[in-house]
Amino acid sequence: MRNVFTICGKELRAYFTSPVAYLLMGLFGLIFGFFFYSATAYFVMAGMRAQMSGQAQPMSVNDFVIAPLLGNASVVGLFLIPLISMRLFAEEKRSGTIELLMTSPISDWEIILGKWLGAMCMYLSILALSAVNVGVLFIWSKPDWRPILTGFLGLILQGGTVLAIGGFLSSLTKNQIIAGASTFTVCLLLWVLSWVSSYNEAPWAQAIAYCSILTHFEPFSKGIIDTKDLVYYASAIFLGLFLTARSLDSMRWRA
Amino acid sequence: MIKVEGLTKRYARHVAVRNISFEAGKGEIVGFLGKNGAGKTTTMRVLTCFLPPTEGKASIAGFDVVEQSLEVKKRIGYLPETPPVYPEMDVASYLTFVAKLKGIPAGEIAARVDEVCKRTSIDDRKRTLISKLSKGYRQRVGIAQAIIHNPPVLILDEPTSGLDPEQQREARQLIASLSGDHTIILSTHILSEVEQSCSKVVIIDKGSIVAVDSVANLHNRKKAAETVLIEVAGAESLEVKRRLEQVAGVASVASRESREGTVAFDVQSLEHYSLRPELARAVVQSGWNLTELRATGESLEEIFLELTKSEEPKPEGEVATK
Repeated sequence: MRNVFTICGKELRAYFTSPVAYLLMGLFGLIFGFFFYSATAYFVMAGMRAQMSGQAQPMSVNDFVIAPLLGNASVVGLFLIPLISMRLFAEEKRSGTIELLMTSPISDWEIILGKWLGAMCMYLSILALSAVNVGVLFIWSKPDWRPILTGFLGLILQGGTVLAIGGFLSSLTKNQIIAGASTFTVCLLLWVLSWVSSYNEAPWAQAIAYCSILTHFEPFSKGIIDTKDLVYYASAIFLGLFLTARSLDSMRWRA
Repeated sequence: MIKVEGLTKRYARHVAVRNISFEAGKGEIVGFLGKNGAGKTTTMRVLTCFLPPTEGKASIAGFDVVEQSLEVKKRIGYLPETPPVYPEMDVASYLTFVAKLKGIPAGEIAARVDEVCKRTSIDDRKRTLISKLSKGYRQRVGIAQAIIHNPPVLILDEPTSGLDPEQQREARQLIASLSGDHTIILSTHILSEVEQSCSKVVIIDKGSIVAVDSVANLHNRKKAAETVLIEVAGAESLEVKRRLEQVAGVASVASRESREGTVAFDVQSLEHYSLRPELARAVVQSGWNLTELRATGESLEEIFLELTKSEEPKPEGEVATK
């Protein structure tokens, strides 16, 4: 376990001693800030109109601001996460430092888990920026905090899944661009797979839609924690990490 | 300490190392000598558990590199051809990271880092980012990284490549100073390096071992009959040649290229003759000026070239395409 934390710390340090961390946080802060502004501005306008037309029921901040915001954050995440994961293994393979890791008395799994955790911490610090925006809402309104919490849990699980897949793709190449682009493609595909179910009711279409990463995020943003979604994310993360382990092992015999 | 038996490493398209065997005892410095692409790096990667052997066995301190790789990894320090450093870290934090990886107890890490920095004389650069270090310093950080956990076996892949002559000398001194407590394998294509720092030489060519011997023994191989280079000024080539052939013990005289105004010959002796005094006397007595007289074919370089002389190199890929 100590080795996992050693690697994790090293990864985190690599993000924060280079411009990568700040660039990603800046990008996310900018985009999410814009979404936040749009969502609240629209909410205020719609609220005023509802009052004028004599609607008694106050509108829910959770439904009209937070749920769509978290949905947006999950899409932005799909675009940003490849930028986090692409360097995980590709960089070490190119610079030769992978030889140091693989000839040190630590197991492949410790390397993989450490790197994944490091990337997760990077992702969490980006996500923390959105928590600031959502926190602002608590000053002027009383949103229900439970769906917010589950929403963030969903974002974390979704991020973990994409990072595990991205880490695997990064372990296949020495080239960070290839790693990033292929992860991005996979992310995009996993996102749009859910569209299949909207025009086809057949069981196979439902099965494909089930694989979509966003299908499983939606319940979380509504405050629902469903076992099937937890199982989906947990198995996707495990699959990604497992494939990475096989890929590292294959470096030994493919050379 | 290190034992390699019948090791073969085959890649998809070619055989990098073919059935090699050698041993190294405790405290020995073994020079791994070969041209580029001879299989030095592959052998080292097998020894460090980075690559598994296709056939054969290799063990370090009695632990097999395939079956007990974790035990082997604990006992080796490895410097790959390019030092495995992270440019965004400074020297001290890099070495601390490696110390943790190698399993040094947390309380001892700071002391170990200090010690290896002193040993490799990089303590003035501890807080410098590795990306700002010169090649020579990086190489030293690489060596510091390899010795940080005080491993019984050190494997250094071309530890002096890319350094300037001054730095090479320093690196060699550093390696020599490590030999007491460590068994060292170092690869190189620089012959003088082996001559200066190694007790044993493994010469490898196209994946096969052509010689395993001590440096002294390799020299003695050629001693029985000697070749002498002689250069004479102010004389006619044919005349000199005729005179030299009359000297007792001379087997053959062959002229070779020389500077203007001089003539030069390679003189081959019969076995157990020492020619130089006789040759000198013959030249001087004939009234010519002797400008150079020395034994050749004795430096490791010439032995190496002779051992790795290839009849007609045939790349294996070519055979397949024809």
